[in-house]
Amino acid sequence: MESVLGYIFSTEFIIAILRMSTPLILCSMGVLLVRNSGVVCIAFESMMLAAALGGVLGSAYSRSLLVGLLCGIALSVLFAMLFGFFVLVLKANNMLVSLALNTLGSGGTVFILFAFTGDRGSSTSIQSLQFPTVNIPVIQDIPILGNILSGHNILTYVALVSVPVVYLILMKSPLGLRIRAVGENKNAAESLGTSAMKTQFVALFIAGIFAGLAGMYMSMAYVSAFTQDMIAGRGFIAIAAQNLGGFMPIPTLIWSLVFGASNAIANAFQAINMPPEFLQMFPYFSTVLGLMLVGMSINQQEKKKAAEIEEKSKLADACEGNG
Amino acid sequence: MNKTKKIEAFFFVLRDLCAIGIALLISLILIFAVSQDGWGAFRLFLFGPLQTVSRMGYIVEKMIPLMFTGVGVCLMVRCGQMNMGSEGAFYLGGVACAAAAIKIALPAGIHPLVCMLAAGVVGALACGVTAVLHTKFHALTIVTSLMMNYICLYLGQYFINHPLWDSMSGYQASFKYAQTALLPKLFSRTNIHAGLFAAVAVVILGHILLEKSTFGYRIKMVGTNLHFARYSGINVTATIIICELIGGFLAGFGGAVEQLGMYKRFEYSGLSGHGFDGVMIAVIAGNNPKYIPLAALFLAYVRVGAEAMARMSDVPPELVSIVQSVVIMLVVAEKFLAGWKHRVIAKQSMKDLALTEVK
Repeated sequence: MESVLGYIFSTEFIIAILRMSTPLILCSMGVLLVRNSGVVCIAFESMMLAAALGGVLGSAYSRSLLVGLLCGIALSVLFAMLFGFFVLVLKANNMLVSLALNTLGSGGTVFILFAFTGDRGSSTSIQSLQFPTVNIPVIQDIPILGNILSGHNILTYVALVSVPVVYLILMKSPLGLRIRAVGENKNAAESLGTSAMKTQFVALFIAGIFAGLAGMYMSMAYVSAFTQDMIAGRGFIAIAAQNLGGFMPIPTLIWSLVFGASNAIANAFQAINMPPEFLQMFPYFSTVLGLMLVGMSINQQEKKKAAEIEEKSKLADACEGNG
Repeated sequence: MNKTKKIEAFFFVLRDLCAIGIALLISLILIFAVSQDGWGAFRLFLFGPLQTVSRMGYIVEKMIPLMFTGVGVCLMVRCGQMNMGSEGAFYLGGVACAAAAIKIALPAGIHPLVCMLAAGVVGALACGVTAVLHTKFHALTIVTSLMMNYICLYLGQYFINHPLWDSMSGYQASFKYAQTALLPKLFSRTNIHAGLFAAVAVVILGHILLEKSTFGYRIKMVGTNLHFARYSGINVTATIIICELIGGFLAGFGGAVEQLGMYKRFEYSGLSGHGFDGVMIAVIAGNNPKYIPLAALFLAYVRVGAEAMARMSDVPPELVSIVQSVVIMLVVAEKFLAGWKHRVIAKQSMKDLALTEVK
């Protein structure tokens, strides 16, 4: 137990949190944009998976990280656009299309992997490239702080930068205003000449890029190969993080970090004799717990509000009685 | 009015058939893209299931668990709940059944029933958690239920890998089930087992519950308009929770039937996919329990075909999930064939109108 506590208060733990949170942060920023445009999409799992495979295959066959990056993003955006086409154009149920896309992602990636490498389980037989880690000069020489701030994978920095970027897009740009307007009231936005469908497609497109980066982090930085169903529910956890964080980037970031931390804690408990199944369960369990806690606080707030309204109406009644 | 309904029913079937046709076309293209002998592989995929008696039996064997999860999903979706927890409930139900089949000694007639009941209760709890989280804490059903699937998986794996693990088996599998718990086989040359009767009964009961009972009416009312149902005096929370408990019960029950009918010990290494398949066949069946056997037949047929193809040619069986997703997306796309349907209905109404004017 002591070793676990020691680990939790060490710099390695903070580094582990950032490592585990990176895909969640990136993906949840995409979820946030889409959610703000009034679309509920849960196909992020498949977008990440597609990008994870696309990045590996693209970089392995072209020997260029840039081509891999573009391949991954292209596949992920393709899934986002498929979702948009079926849900926005053909008016299909968003949940069922998401489910279908997740099935397609899970089976389709294995199918493509098999077609390229002849292997169904993983891409270890081909040499794919990795995203580099970045050492920030000067800062890396500061004791402790240098360890925490420097030496992460480039995508971890991209993830952290993506939060203010999404904030600026949403809150300060004309596009963000359109996205929020469409999400708030589609008909009102359309009456002012904003095409709801176009705006939602743009949000999905940007989200596809974020999900693609998140997916490639998994197969080209977190580990060095693509394996079957390697996203393991992270797309859903990112959705839960957005769900809990509401419609704003900072709370969403915080919840992504919380879920990343629960992942890191699970790893820390490997030191003591805990059945591995429970450790693997922990991130999902903490997500459900988080959803429950936030629901409880919403209930409390509503009760308070209801009590206030009752108080006011009583007061009004009393005034009327006097008059 | 009646004619319009007939046209709508016709287009429902047509849309299913078109979706399946397009999906097969896409699979044909994919097979040719990856295979050396495209035609041979496609023939195996399409007609392989009918070539031997054991494969035909295999179709029915695969249909049995799907009918359980399919009917369960029908109920939950009709209540407006996108609960994907059938997957976890099916798995954990199977584990509960394994525990009951290994640890409890009972005479042959009662033992399977006890196992199935235990599995059903565990499955109901697995889906019930999601229902409570949704109704009491406003959690998004689909997200919680997907998280619950992982929780069910790892909880189940704990029991299989530790208390129930048979170290003599040489891999991660449980002890062998007691002979008294196993379901009897019905035909000599196949593995079709007595669970078939239970599956048929579930389909019939599901149909009666949904279409002929007051509770079924309540379910549909909550599903179509929650607020209207609430103002009509229906206890919405209770209806949703009970509905999801039943859905989970059916999934868990199906998990037990699958275990006792098809296996000698618990040997799943991960989630089996029966829950997600249940969602898919519920979509194809239009969330109507009476069409579930047909939808299950389609999926089982495609699965058996793909497995035959994977074994005898160079095409991986994941082709099925591509077929599956294309079918779902086209079936649920409201605008797909909608223009045509609209024109036919309009034409029919014009004709009716002309007739009444003549009279």
